[in-house]
Amino acid sequence: MELATPQAQSPSGPVAPPPTPRGPAKGAVEGSATWRLSDRIGLAICWALGLLFCAIAAGIVAYLFIQGIKFLRPSMLVTPATSGFTEAQSGGFSDAFLGTLIVGAMGISIALPVGVGVAVWLVEYGRPAALARITESTIEAIAGIPSIVLALFGTVIFSSTALAFLSRTSEGVVFGRSFFAASAMLSLVALPLIVASTREGLNAIPQHVREASYGVGKTKIATTRRILLPTARPQVATGAVLGLGRIIGDTAIVLVLLGATQNLEPTGGPFPIDYLRGAGTTLTNFVYETSPTGNLNQPQKAYAAAFVLLLMVLGLNAAADVIHRRARKAGTWSH
Amino acid sequence: MQGEHLEEYGPKWSDQRAERLLGALVCTVVALLLALIVTVIVRAWPSFAHNGLAWFGAGGSVEDQLNQVYLSGLGDAAHYVYTFHAWPLIWSTMLIVGGAVAIAVFCALFTSVFIVEFAPEWMRNVLQPVVRFLASVPSVIYGLLGVLVVVPFIGNHLVTESQKSSVAGVISLSGYSLLAAVLILTVMIAPLMVSIFSDGLRSVRPGWLEGSLALGVNRWRTTWKIGVRTARPAMVAGTVLAVARAIGEAVMLAMVSGSIAFAPNPADGLIFVYEPSRPLAPTIVKNVEALGSPPANSTLFAIAAVLLFSAALVSLTGWVARRAMRKYGATA
Repeated sequence: MELATPQAQSPSGPVAPPPTPRGPAKGAVEGSATWRLSDRIGLAICWALGLLFCAIAAGIVAYLFIQGIKFLRPSMLVTPATSGFTEAQSGGFSDAFLGTLIVGAMGISIALPVGVGVAVWLVEYGRPAALARITESTIEAIAGIPSIVLALFGTVIFSSTALAFLSRTSEGVVFGRSFFAASAMLSLVALPLIVASTREGLNAIPQHVREASYGVGKTKIATTRRILLPTARPQVATGAVLGLGRIIGDTAIVLVLLGATQNLEPTGGPFPIDYLRGAGTTLTNFVYETSPTGNLNQPQKAYAAAFVLLLMVLGLNAAADVIHRRARKAGTWSH
Repeated sequence: MQGEHLEEYGPKWSDQRAERLLGALVCTVVALLLALIVTVIVRAWPSFAHNGLAWFGAGGSVEDQLNQVYLSGLGDAAHYVYTFHAWPLIWSTMLIVGGAVAIAVFCALFTSVFIVEFAPEWMRNVLQPVVRFLASVPSVIYGLLGVLVVVPFIGNHLVTESQKSSVAGVISLSGYSLLAAVLILTVMIAPLMVSIFSDGLRSVRPGWLEGSLALGVNRWRTTWKIGVRTARPAMVAGTVLAVARAIGEAVMLAMVSGSIAFAPNPADGLIFVYEPSRPLAPTIVKNVEALGSPPANSTLFAIAAVLLFSAALVSLTGWVARRAMRKYGATA
């Protein structure tokens, strides 16, 4: 091997150890100096596009940071929005901020147990096989459904009289717009991510771990709860964090199913329930409405809210990274 | 053992029960998807039934038709109007999605090759988080930046005054355009493709690449002739996912596409990229208030049905393509 490779290499240049395609040691890689012009142009395109992506990302972050710091006042996070014609009159977006937190918490608390349950069934049980295949395609299909279609479907479900207790009813007509409705549909947005990530985690656990557990007399479900899920926790957490990012970033479902009001509008009921049954708004909805194409057209507010939203997304990305790195360091079976 | 186990988890967590419980959960999720498909089709049916294939055709102004449909719904059921010809919306969807996907496939292919094979370690460490970040930015932020940065730039610097006056009687070229929509959509879907493409490239068997390298083929050629070819199923999978995302993108496109049901004509020359339009999904977003009127409700569900059907068709095409590739031993 060591004898043959230098001959295959370019005749000029020093004798190099055999090139490996990935993760090579320093200096072991064949340079592009001996390539034909067309190949070198291709590599230049690679570099250009890579740098372009970096530039776009840096541009988005830098621009929103500048605009955000210019227009964001801490008071905006605690002042509710009021109707006003100028930016100074229209208050802040505390309701939108709160709405994002509510929707995120509710959406993920529906999506996480369902997603983990589906993934556990798929990996550990999965009988009959036909149902397993159907479930796999179902999850794939849910991932491919445009969120605006989910939103329209939500209007049908939550406007039915059977689910009237989840939203406002006036004159016998069920409004069907509430935090319950929006969160339920938003959980479907996060579901495929959680299922995929949990499955990956469970599949990465070697079979002998399960067999050892069965061997000491544990049942399947006890093994799953006590050994498999704790081992796969980093992947479950990663899926949940990514799903949460999708939930708080989604606009179409919120626009249709949350009533697109400016403030939280509690309807009858005991304390937390009245808010959850009511219409409301989130940061994404607020940005949409205050952008020049929205109904309010107050770009400064839009920049401030978009900045807060971006910070949340960046925070979630960082959290996913930390989870990933810790799991790797801890040296569980999975990567 | 058995007794200790029962004590620990109680009879509630017996194995059979857990399996049945999880099975029921899975069945619920499957049933939910079926319910969604059935609901959308049932709700959409009146609109399709009244228009027939003309639903997909051109004719008249879409805005007027939607308005008529909405107003008729406020009266009694005998006078509902369903006339709707969606061609400008469909054409706009095709142009925007087609344009964005074509550019994104090219960019994503080179970028993923770069990430997997050619980027130095530091560049890889920068580029991977960057791609993940771009994929996770909410679409409304892309829309906002589009409206406040890209659109004014196109309107003020790219479109000339003579171009504006040449179409003054028909539409105004203010920067809300196909070009803005395609560019931003490209940035939104390319990262998705990059992550799936690079997974595919990474899973190519090292032996195949090493075989080619041992024959004296340089790294660039090896990557393209062996790596990229072997990873073609992943390319198809990534493209399918990106197309589905692009078809369903509603909010960003509602903001930057111009929101006018106008069909830009490529025969007019390059000016058509500056013309506004409105794809299918943003039409739903813009007409949400009309959901209360039964015929308008049906029309919007008909648009949703078309979106759903196109997404399904794209997945099916991808599945067939991947199946055809499997016989070459390619990995997905």
